[in-house]
Amino acid sequence: MTAIVDYGVGNLFSLRRSLDFIGAQNAVTNDPAVILKADRIILPGVGAFGDAAKKLAEGGFFPLLRERAASGVPILGICLGMQLLFDESEEFGRHEGLGLISGRVCPLKASLDALGLSYKLPQMGWNALHFVKADAPLLKYSRAGAFVYYVHSHYATEVKDSLVAFSEYGVRVPGIVQAGSVMGCQFHPEKSGDAGLAILRAFVEYQP
Amino acid sequence: MLTKRIIPCLDVRDGRVVKGVNFLGLNDVDDPVALARFYNAAGADELVFYDITASHEGRKLFADVLERTAAEVFIPLTVGGGIRSTDDFDRVLKAGADKVSVNSGAIKNPALIGEAAKKYGSQCVVLSVDVKRVDGKYHVFQNGGRIDTGLDACAYCAEGEARGAGEIVLNSIDTDGVKTGFDIEMLNEVCGRVKIPVVASGGAGRREDFLKLFQKTSVDAGLAASIFHFREVELGALKRYLSENEIPVRQ
Repeated sequence: MTAIVDYGVGNLFSLRRSLDFIGAQNAVTNDPAVILKADRIILPGVGAFGDAAKKLAEGGFFPLLRERAASGVPILGICLGMQLLFDESEEFGRHEGLGLISGRVCPLKASLDALGLSYKLPQMGWNALHFVKADAPLLKYSRAGAFVYYVHSHYATEVKDSLVAFSEYGVRVPGIVQAGSVMGCQFHPEKSGDAGLAILRAFVEYQP
Repeated sequence: MLTKRIIPCLDVRDGRVVKGVNFLGLNDVDDPVALARFYNAAGADELVFYDITASHEGRKLFADVLERTAAEVFIPLTVGGGIRSTDDFDRVLKAGADKVSVNSGAIKNPALIGEAAKKYGSQCVVLSVDVKRVDGKYHVFQNGGRIDTGLDACAYCAEGEARGAGEIVLNSIDTDGVKTGFDIEMLNEVCGRVKIPVVASGGAGRREDFLKLFQKTSVDAGLAASIFHFREVELGALKRYLSENEIPVRQ
């Protein structure tokens, strides 16, 4: 069973339905007991990092998710949920993340400005996924260049070895990252058509 | 590179697509779920459902349509029509919408944009604006283009962005239904004033109109209804054509 962590951030309807669609048993839950029993965990999220990190902390999910990750349970962070996997974010002040993957979350605007680029923000729409590690488990059913749907204004930097795939938006935007059994997608696989379902399928089938 | 989006729009009344659509080899298909499935397979980058129901029963049927669509079509779904409060946002987001489009509701209550952005995030707040030329200026119209609010469209869109809208849909009343191309002049005027993504609507008649739209403006997406429904322009062929002309599209 895949637990979708419901900590009060965002709309989980599509995520639940997409797992139903690929035949993956799932439960939307904020119950630590259910999360502890789950074979794998999805951490969703939209909105601001600070608010989400606060809600996650209030729900007692920081120690729980860190413990689950340490036990080797596969975890997939989606969009803001992926950003929360990193050490910290600079969105409206400095905020601590889960620290499960090494890296920092920064505003796209600062990086684009530094390059003299005036891309629209948020990055909203379909962008091609370029593979760095084509043999990564999440890419099992994907083809290089597949289009996925992004909506975000911040992105992960200093991700080093964890980079699995990226998209170009003036800068290299990490699209998929992985450190052990902890993985993240900056885009929304539940909104990326067949390309997104392929990634979700690979995650629910992944055995560490 | 981010691709340009092509977005079919379906008008729904009492849970059925208005007028029906006659291109599936069947007569007048008016089931929104079947059409959403069809457009998804054909390569639509997003879908817009516009609810033109007023009754409570109609609203319930619409929510049901939305839920059934979101259970099998996994591309972004935008919902518009009759959005006046954050309760309306709640109602459609819970039924599976990803973005909510506000038009008259934001004219009557500009604070709605900010309230919704704070509660649900800017990514799901779409400001839809009906624009028409009046004495050489671009004015915001309401009630389907019947009433001139006197508001300057550029200033209004910039204000909507500042309040927290994540995207703007610009409907040109001057070109709507004329099928002679998008309103390039107006789109450029407004695009110059905002940094968030802009969707162009009104005027598409041929595939060349989309090419011109993406060559001559910085808009992110083109929206159309009847030309797709009546197969005057076929989605897959349109995308191939745009790609051949070096417009980045998802294929």
